Amino acid sequence: MDTLQTNNAPEFVWPHDDTSRVPYRVYTDETLYALEQERIFRGPVWNYLCLECEIPNNGDYKTTYASDTPIIVVRDENGDINAMVNRCAHKGSLVCYKPRGNISELSCVYHNWVYNLRGDLLSVAFKRGVGGKGGLTDEFDNRQHGLEKLRVERFRGMVFGTFSDKTEPVSEYLGEELVASIDRVLIKPVKVLGYHSQIFPNNWKLYVENNKDSYHASLLHVFHNTFGVVRPTMGGGIKISDSGWHHLSYTQRTDIADDQIGKEKVRSRQDQYRLQDTRMMEHRLELGDNVTNSIQTVFPTLVVQQILNCLATRQLIPQGPNQSELIWTILGFEDDDEDMLALRVQANNLVGPAGFISMEDGAVGGWVQRTAKANGREMTVMPMGGRTIEPSEGSRVTEAAVRGFWKGWRDCMGI
Amino acid sequence: MTVTDIDNGLMLRLRIEALNADYIHCIDDDRLEEWPDSFTEDGVYRVTTRENADLNLPVSLIYCQGRGMFHDRISALRTANIFEPHTYCHSVSALQILESTGGVHRTKSNFLVTRTMSEGAMMTFACGRYLDTIVEQDGALKFRERSVILESRRIDTLLVIPI
Repeated sequence: MDTLQTNNAPEFVWPHDDTSRVPYRVYTDETLYALEQERIFRGPVWNYLCLECEIPNNGDYKTTYASDTPIIVVRDENGDINAMVNRCAHKGSLVCYKPRGNISELSCVYHNWVYNLRGDLLSVAFKRGVGGKGGLTDEFDNRQHGLEKLRVERFRGMVFGTFSDKTEPVSEYLGEELVASIDRVLIKPVKVLGYHSQIFPNNWKLYVENNKDSYHASLLHVFHNTFGVVRPTMGGGIKISDSGWHHLSYTQRTDIADDQIGKEKVRSRQDQYRLQDTRMMEHRLELGDNVTNSIQTVFPTLVVQQILNCLATRQLIPQGPNQSELIWTILGFEDDDEDMLALRVQANNLVGPAGFISMEDGAVGGWVQRTAKANGREMTVMPMGGRTIEPSEGSRVTEAAVRGFWKGWRDCMGI
Repeated sequence: MTVTDIDNGLMLRLRIEALNADYIHCIDDDRLEEWPDSFTEDGVYRVTTRENADLNLPVSLIYCQGRGMFHDRISALRTANIFEPHTYCHSVSALQILESTGGVHRTKSNFLVTRTMSEGAMMTFACGRYLDTIVEQDGALKFRERSVILESRRIDTLLVIPI
């Protein structure tokens, strides 16, 4: 594997002295995609795997992916949560081929190799052969043939996994501000209210950039601007972890005085646009402040979302250089009353594949992807807020967090 | 079962099939402003997935309750939301009348939707089941509730035109 990487990697050199320019080639290149698998998703990052509440009982499991790598997350007989690659150590078949269930051991149906819920190989079918013939030789050691294990950490009800021994604990990985911001959203135990997913006809990094790009929110999304969820004049800002890898963008119901705003002709603010029924824009202040929108991005592919009362995790799964899948897990709190549940059902019209706000994010990535292939030598330009990766208090008109993402990408990729 | 019962049953079936045909042509012909008229004033329309339905999870992809929200979905599509132009072609089949009492009919049918983008790319966009509650209103049939149960949790890019 190392040989393949070193043969292929040096061919690509970052063509600019900082990350305010990004070459279009990174969105389409097969070699870079293969390298991302090794150096990012199987490298020193925390991959979001699932929520603890999705596997509440001992023996519960769920399958997921860390980009191309299929993963099993399982709660063992001690209540500990373990994760391993969903690939039999024998011939590489999926061990769990159903999305969820409850099991006492993991057994591969292909040849009945059986593992415990920590991924250790327990038994091999016909180990001694039949009638004294066939079977394993004495040199076969079960301990050498377990499932490939991930290191797992639980954090605020979420389950993360990493393939690297070098990844620091989740709270250090995130940094103080991201920890505080996730604490603010996941303030008490959550429950899942629904799932859906979107297939994007674009490279995964275009969607990540979209999330880090606080500049577009009030420009692209009419609902944000017109109904005052995110307006350029509302208070808030962005914060970026010291590593540059993660960020949070938040908006609150306080107005900034700025003469410039009225002068800018912005398509997305349509003051004549009215809803006949405004129930989905209702906002119950359940988190103890007046923040309307708080988007936390965790490198590489997780978003923890609060938009009004729409809470969710968004897990992005890269599926080759030209496609990605975004899995939305819609959340409520365990102690939601009936009114709160009804409010969340209404409010979730704003997000997801059919979301009044979020549907546009699905469209724009594909449009960039379509131009990228023919523009491999060209670069995107991200000058808003300068060239650095500085946080920005009071304004979201900056591309600093996107530049921070590319720093993270280059850190991992060694490019 | 008398001849009259059979006649009435056939007539109801034909009327529901006509309602379904009117519904899908209204969407496929891009007469979306008429789409809310298929529903009662307090009607409910929701789009969810088989996975959510099987797990009994309450949040849908689209949830409209009452005429206002139906109009809002269409006005947003016309004036607010950004997406690449595309059209649907629906097929509806296998209507079952599950229950019919006192002018309230619970029915189920299958649908298939192909989506064609303005540049010509065409795909099977969605398939699944309509689970409906249909009522008599002023001599016509209207949906009091239409639950669209998508077979797949995966939506290609986005869902903006109702199914």
